[in-house]
Amino acid sequence: MHLVLFLVFGAICTAGAVNLLAQTHPISSALSLVVVMASLAVEYLLLGAEFVAAVQVIVYAGAVMVLFVFVIMLLNAGIEERTKGSHVAIVLGVPGVLAGGLLIAWTLLKRSGGGTVALGSLPGAPQTIAKQLFHEFLLPFELTSILVLIAIMGAVFLANRPEPKGPATGKES
Amino acid sequence: MVPVSYYLVLSGILFTCGVIGFLIKRNVITIFMSIELMLNGVNLSFVAFAAHWQKLSGQVFVFFVMVVAAAEAAVGLAIIIAVFRTRETLNVDQVNLLKL
Repeated sequence: MHLVLFLVFGAICTAGAVNLLAQTHPISSALSLVVVMASLAVEYLLLGAEFVAAVQVIVYAGAVMVLFVFVIMLLNAGIEERTKGSHVAIVLGVPGVLAGGLLIAWTLLKRSGGGTVALGSLPGAPQTIAKQLFHEFLLPFELTSILVLIAIMGAVFLANRPEPKGPATGKES
Repeated sequence: MVPVSYYLVLSGILFTCGVIGFLIKRNVITIFMSIELMLNGVNLSFVAFAAHWQKLSGQVFVFFVMVVAAAEAAVGLAIIIAVFRTRETLNVDQVNLLKL
């Protein structure tokens, strides 16, 4: 049952990721990214990480993707124009990526000692996560609050429309 | 019972899709989404290793990665809006100066 669920949602996840690459319109790519993130949340649940799964749905599939879709709508992004890649890159790159990926997958599957994960083997409930987060990782946690504050200020500053300079240029009064 | 290596292979697939999208896509928003895809692949391997070694630190690190990804998305999309305002384009081939 565990394996079947893993395979089904892994297949959905991979299909979403490939669809993200195949689509030309950004809004289609954004929606397939939502599919990837939702199925990844199920994978986290299968690994016993309940808190991470909930945060994945709320923060990633909710907040971040809404931000992306909002910007796509705001900028009225259309179908992207493709530029032609060089011939050498395609001839060498595609087999290279395939060979590298197969090598990594083979190494992981054959040589990694073969530990297995059972359902509920490591309970990642909010209480246990919070104990780690607020005892061992308190300093990094506080640092991320500063990071988020700086990110907010940077986003507001960058997206702010610059005011027209000079005393004579159109001040509405 | 699922081997941990299966999760690692899935995370590798996601990361590779992100890298390929980062390289072949020309729309700057789609490139950003590819970066998010890479971060998600890394998160999956964090959680898989947390389950393998029976330590919760991996899941806490996923939390930090998510915070960094959210901050990066906010700042990056603001930069995209600022660039679009002056250049009127989202194609990265036409954005070839660091100057706004």
